[in-house]
Amino acid sequence: MYTQGLNTIDAHAASPADAEREARFQARIDADEKIEPNDWMPAGYRRTLIRQISQHAHSEIVGMLPEGNWITRAPSLRRKAALLAKVQDEGGHGLYLYAAAETLDVTREELVEQLLAGKAKYSSIFNYPTLTWADIGAIGWLVDGAAIMNQIPLCRCSYGPYARAMIRICKEESFHQRQGYEIMLTLSRGTAEQKALAQSALDRWWRPSLMMFGPSDKESQHSDTSMRWKIKRFTNDDLRQKFVDATVPQGHALGLVFPDPQLKLNEASGHWEFGAIDWEEFRQVVAGNGPCTKDRLRARRQAHADGAWVREAALAHAAKRRARSDAAQLAAE
Amino acid sequence: MNVMTDKNWPLFEVFIRSRGGMSHRHVGSLHAVDAEMALQNARDVYTRRGEGLSIWVVASAAITASDPGDKDMLFEPTASKIYRHPTFYKVPDDVGHM
Repeated sequence: MYTQGLNTIDAHAASPADAEREARFQARIDADEKIEPNDWMPAGYRRTLIRQISQHAHSEIVGMLPEGNWITRAPSLRRKAALLAKVQDEGGHGLYLYAAAETLDVTREELVEQLLAGKAKYSSIFNYPTLTWADIGAIGWLVDGAAIMNQIPLCRCSYGPYARAMIRICKEESFHQRQGYEIMLTLSRGTAEQKALAQSALDRWWRPSLMMFGPSDKESQHSDTSMRWKIKRFTNDDLRQKFVDATVPQGHALGLVFPDPQLKLNEASGHWEFGAIDWEEFRQVVAGNGPCTKDRLRARRQAHADGAWVREAALAHAAKRRARSDAAQLAAE
Repeated sequence: MNVMTDKNWPLFEVFIRSRGGMSHRHVGSLHAVDAEMALQNARDVYTRRGEGLSIWVVASAAITASDPGDKDMLFEPTASKIYRHPTFYKVPDDVGHM
């Protein structure tokens, strides 16, 4: 999902002393207790969480870019206000998540530096372009829909600060999905040209949305440990299937056709079966060869550089105020 | 990377009173150069949907916390003092609610 870069296994050998603490730690997790920042935790648990939460945070921040692209061109004031609020939310979500990651002894600056240096991963989905206004509808409906599917179980994640951030985020995300679906609905019921825009957006975003859930369980190396630690509660394939089952009827209600000739309802299981996913495309995008990867990083670096004077001014202003208040205090004594 | 502007900003903890009559409750943290900026940022980050009527920000460095390792020593003794709870005392049924 937002943490697709977790594709390597940590090599970590526990010492005998750690083995006992690790057993006690696991017993707490098994008893559904929450782990808090100052509690003892295995180094691998800490590392996995830092990577997962920071990748999630980066995804929120980079995710502002494809949609930000359409704020000035939204078709009405209503749509513009909603899109602005949504993009502002994504920024807020990134901040909640960075703060959660920082409780694990990593600084904000290190995390931002990793992103800007191109060393950190973020969700593959944000490396696709937003070509038309309908893409904003498709992102809200599909991308946020997929994100919600993934994030709801994270509200019960074993790490307290992450779980609490996810609860806030999930509360705010449902507006995102509904505003996207409403855009798709309006276009689908509009002129033939508008309906074609909606169809084209679905054609382009459907498969990348399915890829958001990450590699198939057969290939995902992280699932076992993450499941045991209750960082993850469902497998990639389970969540993907849940998303397909929930979304296909919504698409049919729009009168749109999914770009998958193999999509069909299995009457016996009640699940929608879908065609194979192009995992080579996924690997390429995760490896940094997505259609917009370079643009996204360039935009983040530019924003950081353009904001340098603001950060500098804020520090100078704070220093000046501190000096003034110190002087006033001295004079009063 | 600019050393001057990219040095770590202090961390603040944010507390919000959600409604009149409620106490302030911890909602998260953020970085800011000073308390005033922390207050402004807390308003943008933590109250976009009418979550509160009042905000407190506290420099995280100013908080003294108990050690999770002392949890048993600090809190376990209270579990055995059941006479601190009203249900410990017997009152005859015909006396009614007390």
